[in-house]
Amino acid sequence: MPANPDTGHLWQAYLSVIAARYRTLLQYRAAAFAGVVTQLFWGAIRLMVLLAFFELAPDNQPMTVAEIAAYVWLGQALLAVFPWNVDSEIAEMIRSGSVAYELTRPLNLYWFWFARTIALRTAPTTLRCLPMIIFAMWIMPALGLDKWALSPPPDWAAGIGFLISQTLGLLLACAMTMLMHVVLVWSLSGDGINRIFPSIALVLSGNILPLPLFPDWMQSFLELQPFQGLVDVPFRIYAGNITGSDVLVELAQQVFWTIIFLAWGYWALGRVQRRLVAQGG
Amino acid sequence: MKQVVVKNLSKQFQVAERQPGFVGSLKGLFHRRYRDIQALDGVSFELERGELVGYIGPNGAGKSTTIKILSGILVPDSGTCEVGGMTPWLDRAKYVANIGVVFGQRTQLWWDLPVIESFALLRDIYRIPEQLYQQRLDELIAILNLDTLLDTPVRQLSLGQRMRCDLVASLLHRPDVLFLDEPTIGLDATSKFAVREFVKKLNREHDVTVILTTHDMDDIEALCQRIIILGNGKILNDSSLQSLRANISTERRIKLELQDNVTAFDIDHATVINRHGRTLEIAFNPEIITSAALISDIVSRYEVLDLLVENPPIENLISELYASNNIASQS
Repeated sequence: MPANPDTGHLWQAYLSVIAARYRTLLQYRAAAFAGVVTQLFWGAIRLMVLLAFFELAPDNQPMTVAEIAAYVWLGQALLAVFPWNVDSEIAEMIRSGSVAYELTRPLNLYWFWFARTIALRTAPTTLRCLPMIIFAMWIMPALGLDKWALSPPPDWAAGIGFLISQTLGLLLACAMTMLMHVVLVWSLSGDGINRIFPSIALVLSGNILPLPLFPDWMQSFLELQPFQGLVDVPFRIYAGNITGSDVLVELAQQVFWTIIFLAWGYWALGRVQRRLVAQGG
Repeated sequence: MKQVVVKNLSKQFQVAERQPGFVGSLKGLFHRRYRDIQALDGVSFELERGELVGYIGPNGAGKSTTIKILSGILVPDSGTCEVGGMTPWLDRAKYVANIGVVFGQRTQLWWDLPVIESFALLRDIYRIPEQLYQQRLDELIAILNLDTLLDTPVRQLSLGQRMRCDLVASLLHRPDVLFLDEPTIGLDATSKFAVREFVKKLNREHDVTVILTTHDMDDIEALCQRIIILGNGKILNDSSLQSLRANISTERRIKLELQDNVTAFDIDHATVINRHGRTLEIAFNPEIITSAALISDIVSRYEVLDLLVENPPIENLISELYASNNIASQS
């Protein structure tokens, strides 16, 4: 067989997949607008509840008010990075059987879908993140709500540490989403996993309540579990709540869990791949 | 060299049986019954490079299962299969770079993107050099008349337009083998014709080996030198259309329009099977009397206005074949 002349690189193929899916997902502007409004509202409520507790017991808290504000607002602005749903396009392909085409592409299915997943986790964030940051960082102070506002990171190290940690958090979120896709292939429906997985992950990542505010006896467990790397680690680095060599320890932990979830998902997708194809004639 | 070699392919599926009604659904929660379906049962065939083969059979005969195995998507329970010297399901990602697949009921284009962006994406996925890509795209667009559609999102295309775009999508990387699974399903007459002409041209000019599954016998008649007929997972017939005709039924027909209303039409070696005023349809066996002899006999005795020699429709041949193999056609 005369093979196709192999000029481009494989990573270019995956980059194009990310770009194409990214462009498609950018079309959902109304959903993004609704998301911004809802998330601002939720952010305000979470902040009010937390600050009410802080006023009752101002002493000996593991986080300052400014750190809490940063944690909450970043959590709202970057909510779409969180692994809270499967790719609806993959779900539809599995339901209709078009997924057969995915397997006729000269790409590894795991990385092919991982590329889609990167777009799924980043495109909605692109639309939502900026208006929310602007609101929390500049409009809140202008309204006289300085205490509630999002302040910039205390120093350069915190800022750079946050960028690295958030990137790792994104990869971890994608690896977790890929595991949700495996369940989707296995059960042929995304409804179950879309409900169960996020409800666990939301609590353990710190998205409901910042992890340092959990009871002391839970802390050693919360420190070790994988979901911490999604939200808690990057946001606390940003706020200056984790500093110095502790940052490196936390980053290493994020890397560790990302590799574990990548390997787990890769292995599991290989196993369920055979189930994919029986749907429809 | 043989392009496709399939030996003794078998595949079984397990299907969960649902019991009807509310009580049945409750029972199904605790105890599932499974039924085995033998989708393929020892299928073997070989194709030469550049052959165009019709692969037909009733719904559930195993056509799509075969196509899925040949495209590396499905792994058979037993049997071997080589396409261009490779086994499809081992090293799938490498294998599929040399095949093209079209599933008529689904699209491989990205639903929300303009057609041209799907093509560009496929260029990157198959790593086709820009210059070659442009050249092939221009050629395919010209043949299939697609230039006005390129900027339209796929979801706004009609079925016929979409199918033409899907064909382009499956050919940009110049595969040696093309699997077409019901490419004309649901298309109107013009679109069907366009697809057929295109496949014919492709096969002739680029020497692409094509396996075509279809329920449309006109596709077969127009395109295929050879047909493989499948029933209940087994091959019932593998021959040219001509020899299928000869094997199943030797009967041929002549349609006549006469000048006068003849009440007692009587010709040796021919029987009247249909009669509508001055229009007659007669059947004869060409092994007993040649059509030439029969026609001269008819013309010498009756005043004939018009005359047409016909083969029995291919549908009839196939349903006779199924009947003799006790297969109920579900299509």
